[in-house]
Amino acid sequence: MLIEAQKISLDVPDMGHQAVFGQRRKLRILKDVSLSINASETVGIVGESGSGKTSLGRTLLRLYQPSAGQLLFDGQDISSLSRVEMTPLRRRMQMIFQDPQSSLNPRHSIGNILSGALQLHGLDASEKALAAILARVGLPASALQRYPHQLSGGQRQRVGIARAIALRPDFIVADEIVSGLDVSTQAQVLDLLRGLKAEMGMALAFISHDLSVVRHLCDRVIIMRAGEIVEEGRTVDVFAAPKTEFTRNLIDCIPLPEPRPGWL
Amino acid sequence: MPKDFRIWLGGGFILLLLLAAIFAPLISPFDPLEQDLLSATMAPGQDPSHIIGTDSLGRDVLSRLIFACRIALTVAFVAATLACLAGTFLGMLAGYLGGWWDATISRLIDIWMAFPPVLLSILLVAVLGTGIHSVIAAIVVIDWTRFARVVRAETQQQARLEYTEAATALGMSRGTILFREILPNVVPVILVLLSLEMGIAVIVEAILSFVGLSVSTDTPTWGGMIAEGRQIIYQAWWVLVFPLVTLFLTVLAFNQLGDGLRQWLDPMLKR
Repeated sequence: MLIEAQKISLDVPDMGHQAVFGQRRKLRILKDVSLSINASETVGIVGESGSGKTSLGRTLLRLYQPSAGQLLFDGQDISSLSRVEMTPLRRRMQMIFQDPQSSLNPRHSIGNILSGALQLHGLDASEKALAAILARVGLPASALQRYPHQLSGGQRQRVGIARAIALRPDFIVADEIVSGLDVSTQAQVLDLLRGLKAEMGMALAFISHDLSVVRHLCDRVIIMRAGEIVEEGRTVDVFAAPKTEFTRNLIDCIPLPEPRPGWL
Repeated sequence: MPKDFRIWLGGGFILLLLLAAIFAPLISPFDPLEQDLLSATMAPGQDPSHIIGTDSLGRDVLSRLIFACRIALTVAFVAATLACLAGTFLGMLAGYLGGWWDATISRLIDIWMAFPPVLLSILLVAVLGTGIHSVIAAIVVIDWTRFARVVRAETQQQARLEYTEAATALGMSRGTILFREILPNVVPVILVLLSLEMGIAVIVEAILSFVGLSVSTDTPTWGGMIAEGRQIIYQAWWVLVFPLVTLFLTVLAFNQLGDGLRQWLDPMLKR
């Protein structure tokens, strides 16, 4: 068990309500969520917008602090570690963000972005090492001198992936990483991710609203709705025999490769 | 290279003033303090050696104008830079750390900005005594809030972008994130404000020397020259008009430079 969440909840201040005195009212966006992810397993986290799947991903990485429950990483309780105490663990858990446009600092070159990550954890950040990392994600070494705005959307997302794998983490959260890309680029980036996963063997939490992608990529799938897990199981089982109405509806929404005759 | 003519025009004029200030003893035709009552209030062109005339004590207006650049530019650069450093530092802390820090610094700014600035500066100079240090201190004490407010807002906006979160996920400390990740993105805003603030500092210095609260009266300043020229406006208009026009052009140059920089450095407008 690499990551284990036991009944974690997450409260955020309700920005729609401003109290005159005292604290803002809290909104509970994760409710007693329990899940576990084994080493080198790929788990899909699926749900509608606002179902809390992104918050869940960020809580698993301790970017958010859970307000209740216990979060274990490799057997260690990390649910209330401080920022400083988390630092050595950060090398082992990484995130790939949805929007590479805003997740890459526009004022840093690609080389600078990668070397910043490596130096922070005392890893080799020589020109050669950086070029090797870029090669793994299919980018030429010449990209090191480029700035994010000089790259295409697909290339930017490759840099986002490169930054996450540069530290050779054991666990990666990939948050809607292809939703901002066009279909053919999506396929390339997903192929890349699958290849890297096979090669490096890290555990992957793949957050997506796209069930057809999840079906091809994930060993297990977790369906979320309104901050709760409604269904979870092996991908093949869930898709073959969904247990809840909600999951059935989600699956019915996958567009068919060939529309039924008479659909229009 | 910036294509905007405002940067070149504004920057060029300021460079010209800077050179004039540095080489003032070499290029000014007369000693700015030398009195010659026999050639008092000479109109421009009346005597070829006094190109833009003399004042009521027979001092050469051009020489005084050139020497006054020294005070004006020293105040502009030093006061604006110090106000910028103080305001940026507090603004970044408030914008990034939020919570208690933000509440305290923001309330401080609100209270500060409720004081009438001219009154506050006169009060400060009266307490500290006249002199260039007091003028600079007055400007810094009053105007750090301009930087703090804008930098706070900009930092807040940058801190919400995912690259700061990515830096946290990598394990960077808050200090590193603030200075390595966020600061480079706030610098364009700071540069624009800095150049506008220099224009404001020139005006404040002129106001203070107009009312005689700047440097000692035997040092030429634009504000002081305007005050002297005001008394003899009907006999010798040039004593008033030339420093006034120079002051006007200087502030205009700083503002145009600031606007040009804003356009040039804004990545959204650039691309």
